[in-house]
Amino acid sequence: MLPDMKRPTLIAAAIIAMAAPAMADAPAAVILTLKNHRFTPAAFTVPAGQRVRVTLINQDPATEEFDSHDLRLEEVVTPMGRISFNIGPLPAGQYSFMGEFHAGTAQGMVTAVTGGH
Amino acid sequence: MLAAALIVFREVLEAGLIIGVVLAATEGVAGRGRWIAGGVGAGVLGAGLVALFAQQLSQAFQGSGQAVFNAAILIAAVLMLSWHILWMSRHAREMVRDFNALGGKIRSGDTTLFAMATVVAVAVLREGSEVVLFLFGIAASGGTDPMAMLGGGVLGVAGGAVISLAIYRGLLAIPTGRLFAVTNGLVALLAAGMAGQAAVYLVQADLIPSLGDQVWDTSWILRDDGLIGRALHALVGYSDRPMGVQLATWLVVLAVLISLGHHIGSARRERRAPARA
Repeated sequence: MLPDMKRPTLIAAAIIAMAAPAMADAPAAVILTLKNHRFTPAAFTVPAGQRVRVTLINQDPATEEFDSHDLRLEEVVTPMGRISFNIGPLPAGQYSFMGEFHAGTAQGMVTAVTGGH
Repeated sequence: MLAAALIVFREVLEAGLIIGVVLAATEGVAGRGRWIAGGVGAGVLGAGLVALFAQQLSQAFQGSGQAVFNAAILIAAVLMLSWHILWMSRHAREMVRDFNALGGKIRSGDTTLFAMATVVAVAVLREGSEVVLFLFGIAASGGTDPMAMLGGGVLGVAGGAVISLAIYRGLLAIPTGRLFAVTNGLVALLAAGMAGQAAVYLVQADLIPSLGDQVWDTSWILRDDGLIGRALHALVGYSDRPMGVQLATWLVVLAVLISLGHHIGSARRERRAPARA
């Protein structure tokens, strides 16, 4: 399936919409730990419409891939390693993520809320 | 073992599809087998290196190292695919003629073979490094039977090879006169998809604006993280929730490559026409 090509107005609208709030205030930060193939915290909240810096610390001796279809992220973290990446700015809502290599236990959820922080 | 095989297969699927298209696109070019095999070898070697330095790589560019690295090698692959299209549009006529006259052998395609070998190497490297890390991590943690895991890994890679072969064989069913027109179109789509993906990585690294986080959402029809979605993502750049900049890049690269191919092809035909008359 090819992306729909008849969307010039939508794209133009999107460009205009994104131009304004591109530079928001300093990003919030979240620290996630991975141990025994589980995320801690497994669920956390971030302000909607803001870029958030996530640091993932892997305390397992196994490689993991932080994988989120909702957040459009695939980031590999080495055994006992640490990575950081940005998420968002997200519209308010829930976004699931997982460790792709141990999806049975490594599951988590981000909730973006408006006006929280 | 089956779980490991499935994870590895998911990772190598994309590389498998790309290799299949590259094989068909270079059908008949002399020395092709050596170059493509070399590309796979270089990709495996590169995957090992990337896996070895994964931690350092992650921390480069203020922690956006993975995204920047992925964007860079994708852009390199897009340039190589573009070169192939240019080369093809200059040589298409001779290729079809040689193909028929010389029993499927085309001479002197070294430059495009180098380009396509690079594309293969990049595809293998990108997915391969994750496979290496995954299998190595399992071996290091020692929890599960390492032999079963290794078996799973081999099974997964074999699955990817089967996909390559299936795509390649399938494309060869196209008559010779049309084959290179089709593969050129596929290569253009491949390049457009990779360029769009590179743009997504650059957004993640905070280097370019997203121009809209989600132009549309077709995840209710086809998610891009299932097997079919992944395959379409690799082949034509399908994304169920494309970013504005991803879509724009996809359209621009596809338009440029298709018009470039046509332009050069028709310019040559015009120059030749009077000579023959």
